[in-house]
Amino acid sequence: MSAPDIPSRAPARAVLPERGPEPVRITLTVNGVDRAVEVEPRVSLLDALRERLDLTGAKKGCDQGTCGACTVWVDGRRVLACLTLAITCEGREVTTIEGLAEGDELHAMQSAFIEQDAFQCGYCTPGQIMSAVALLKEGHASDDREIAEWMSGNICRCAAYPHIRAAIRTVRDRA
Amino acid sequence: MTTAPAVGRPVDRVDGRHKVTGGAHYSADVRPTDRAHAVLVGARVPSGRVTGIDTDEARQAGGVLAILTHENLPGIATQPPLLPSLAGMPAPGQTFFPLQDEVVHYSGQPVAVVVADTLERAQHAAALVRVTYQETPSVTTVAQGRDDAYVPDAIFGGFVPGRSVRGDVEAGLAAADVRIDATYTYAANHHNPIEPAATTAVWDGDQLTLYDATQGVAATQLTVAALLGLSPSKVRVLSHFVGGSFGCKAMIWAHPALAALAARHVGRPVKLSLTREQMFTSVGHREEQEQRIELGADKEGRLVALRHHKLSPTSPFDDWAEPSLGVASQLYACAHYEGVYRLFRANTMTPTFMRAPGEASGMFALECTMDDLAHQLGIDPVELRLRNYSETDPTTKNPWSSTGLKECYARGAERFGWHRRRPAPRSHRDGDWLIGYGMAAAGYPVYGPNNPQRARARLYADGTAVVQAATPDFGTGVATVMTQVAADALGLPWERCRFEGGDTALPGIAAAVGSAGAGMISAAVHTAAARLRDQLVAQAVADSQSPLHGADPAAVTVRDGRMMLRDAPATGETYGDLLHRNFLPDVEASGAWSPSPESHHYGMMTFGAQFAEVAVDPDLGVVRVRRMVGAFAPGRVLNPKTARSQLMGGMLWGLGQALLEANYMDPRRGRWVASGLGDYLVPVNADAPDIEVELVDVTDDIVNPLGVKGVGEIGQVGAAAALANALHHATGRRVRKLPVTIEDLL
Ligand code: FES
Ligand code: FES
Repeated sequence: MSAPDIPSRAPARAVLPERGPEPVRITLTVNGVDRAVEVEPRVSLLDALRERLDLTGAKKGCDQGTCGACTVWVDGRRVLACLTLAITCEGREVTTIEGLAEGDELHAMQSAFIEQDAFQCGYCTPGQIMSAVALLKEGHASDDREIAEWMSGNICRCAAYPHIRAAIRTVRDRA
Repeated sequence: MTTAPAVGRPVDRVDGRHKVTGGAHYSADVRPTDRAHAVLVGARVPSGRVTGIDTDEARQAGGVLAILTHENLPGIATQPPLLPSLAGMPAPGQTFFPLQDEVVHYSGQPVAVVVADTLERAQHAAALVRVTYQETPSVTTVAQGRDDAYVPDAIFGGFVPGRSVRGDVEAGLAAADVRIDATYTYAANHHNPIEPAATTAVWDGDQLTLYDATQGVAATQLTVAALLGLSPSKVRVLSHFVGGSFGCKAMIWAHPALAALAARHVGRPVKLSLTREQMFTSVGHREEQEQRIELGADKEGRLVALRHHKLSPTSPFDDWAEPSLGVASQLYACAHYEGVYRLFRANTMTPTFMRAPGEASGMFALECTMDDLAHQLGIDPVELRLRNYSETDPTTKNPWSSTGLKECYARGAERFGWHRRRPAPRSHRDGDWLIGYGMAAAGYPVYGPNNPQRARARLYADGTAVVQAATPDFGTGVATVMTQVAADALGLPWERCRFEGGDTALPGIAAAVGSAGAGMISAAVHTAAARLRDQLVAQAVADSQSPLHGADPAAVTVRDGRMMLRDAPATGETYGDLLHRNFLPDVEASGAWSPSPESHHYGMMTFGAQFAEVAVDPDLGVVRVRRMVGAFAPGRVLNPKTARSQLMGGMLWGLGQALLEANYMDPRRGRWVASGLGDYLVPVNADAPDIEVELVDVTDDIVNPLGVKGVGEIGQVGAAAALANALHHATGRRVRKLPVTIEDLL
């Protein structure tokens, strides 16, 4: 329902040597910065970010792929970081909520979320915003119904949904 | 800079920037050096004994630091009684603490805690712990426990009697012209905030610091201190950001104390996050229940008798039921009443508060029955409610401190377009869709704290202020609105005030529960800030160098941080002038507030009215909620932006309650059928229509200094009934169960 566009063909990649189960050193490019990290191959991208790279913006709401709180971008596509292994992200661009603002200048979607009060507790918010920005790029925000469908992978238990739609509309119409 | 009052303005949340940038640090986000991870292992049977725990394999897995079971975990010092956290005392969610012996009372009860250096290693080792059980027969459902039910003396931590009576209900029913006897059934519900409960525990010598996701830092502090036999002075609890609660972080469960015990055992800071699955068995739930209503009315629809009985499972240790009969017994004038709670012991943990705890379920039964009565008598549902309007609290005959209920009916109906409704079911269509309109009344009590609520205000010589109170902000907007309250009391622009909370080192506030937070915290903050202003004015008029020297303090007003004579504004000086001249870097005052004794002579309730439009596909039974309109009279609205969001959230919780949210115990295995957000359905964006919230102004001088009645729960009360009544109007089917699902409409 709300799955992002999946590229029809993954770029050809060299066959990598088998690694693990011991921790291995990998380099992740996160928000434009190369970060070296030791992880067992079973470590999710979410836990690599949160527990090892001090990037706790992406949240763990379920660790089961059901809530969307962990949404980040890998090579510009939204993914659920709890269902993505960190080691598979080597050589890819990972973007998290911490990488969205330009210095002190908030991304338009971040400002719109504040203006529209599109959150209460804020726990789902990083995931909502990463999905919302991607949704506009994907072209899935033509009307409220489409926004609602394509944002339904991000649960907000505070139920700010109408305001989340309003924030997305605002950014869409300003563009 | 602005001079208009800050209270009542829709200012943006002060913590918004943190929340949209990932800069908000929740309890599981703190990373003390050398932090280890604890993972709970839950019982796989609902009843019986642990006969063995084989930890060999788990112990040998990499990175494991400790495995704690009933065989090696130190015993707890004392088990405090169950007491709602608003009372301000230790507030365990149940009077059972796990890992003290081998007995298993409910499925998911912790039987081991595994600690390892990384989360993955702790999770892996937890999966390698082999527990064997001797299972005994279990009881987990209403169907199984019905015949063993008893009427408890009191429920809800002793605050609500098991039976309440006024008049003679039997005689009243016998004298009625019309009688309805209806039984309503409810699936169990789980809070499921998106942030799972989490505690990070750090010891420094004998001093314990807990980062805990909680509705009340003092509740965590006092409960953990009692369980561990520590002085509260040795326990500090911080909770700066909490990712939602809805009641499951209102009482203190086992995990904060287990995190502390684990951290002490391994000599390292420990983080313990519950998994989503564990959120179904560790932090309480809204119990499965059955409610029966027998209602008698005269031909004009005036109630003469109401009997309301509830049957529900509780744990083996506590007499708990959500107080479903409360507001339903208070909303309408009705001379003869009997309300009875019946409980039976079951193999579950103690149920707990969940948003509109009791009101959401009890008002569903009452308001669907009222709709039925309106339909049977051919009276408009709004008119029927007006005929039963009560000028006083029917349970005490005390006057209401304020109401606004009639205005809520009128304004809600107007905004919704209720007059377009043709009374007969199935009389509106849109293409193939059957359209229905429904409404219901809403009420939620105004609770007061049992002990004084405290706050502190400090003004700096640069003209900025900080106000402090221990309350966390779990999405309510309290940090934002308290800057507004402080600003007005101090006579400062709100941008120059900042709120600090979420820390037991700050002045004490009871847990923000029962929609009481805004009322009691604003009272404490207002009292502290007003006292600071009075203190500064007193100092100015006593200061021979002040232009205000010798003035009557009552003649002085403060605007934009400048004290001046009300009648001669040119005469005055700024707070900063006064402080600089007197070598004062800052000035501080504390304030405390308790409900006035006078308030006990009033009925105190927030009122509202809910309206909903649904569309039903008659062939498929699919329901679409098209719109919901809620009109509420919550007293003074401190910030309409955050208040509207909370009310909207509550109404959408009503949608979830009406159409989606359900969990059931498998009676053979004694465990919940749903254990994740893939099978316990909560509303998603596509389920949520646009919501209209109408705020009805009422002034209330009784409840607290600012007349705040609260918005956290009232949004949900009556919403499910309005939807079910709309479904009846659309289809002609009266569904008396929650949630209503497709099968019920086919
Ligand atoms: S944490 Fe990844 S989807 Fe919930
Ligand atoms: S803002 Fe609380 S879950 Fe979305």
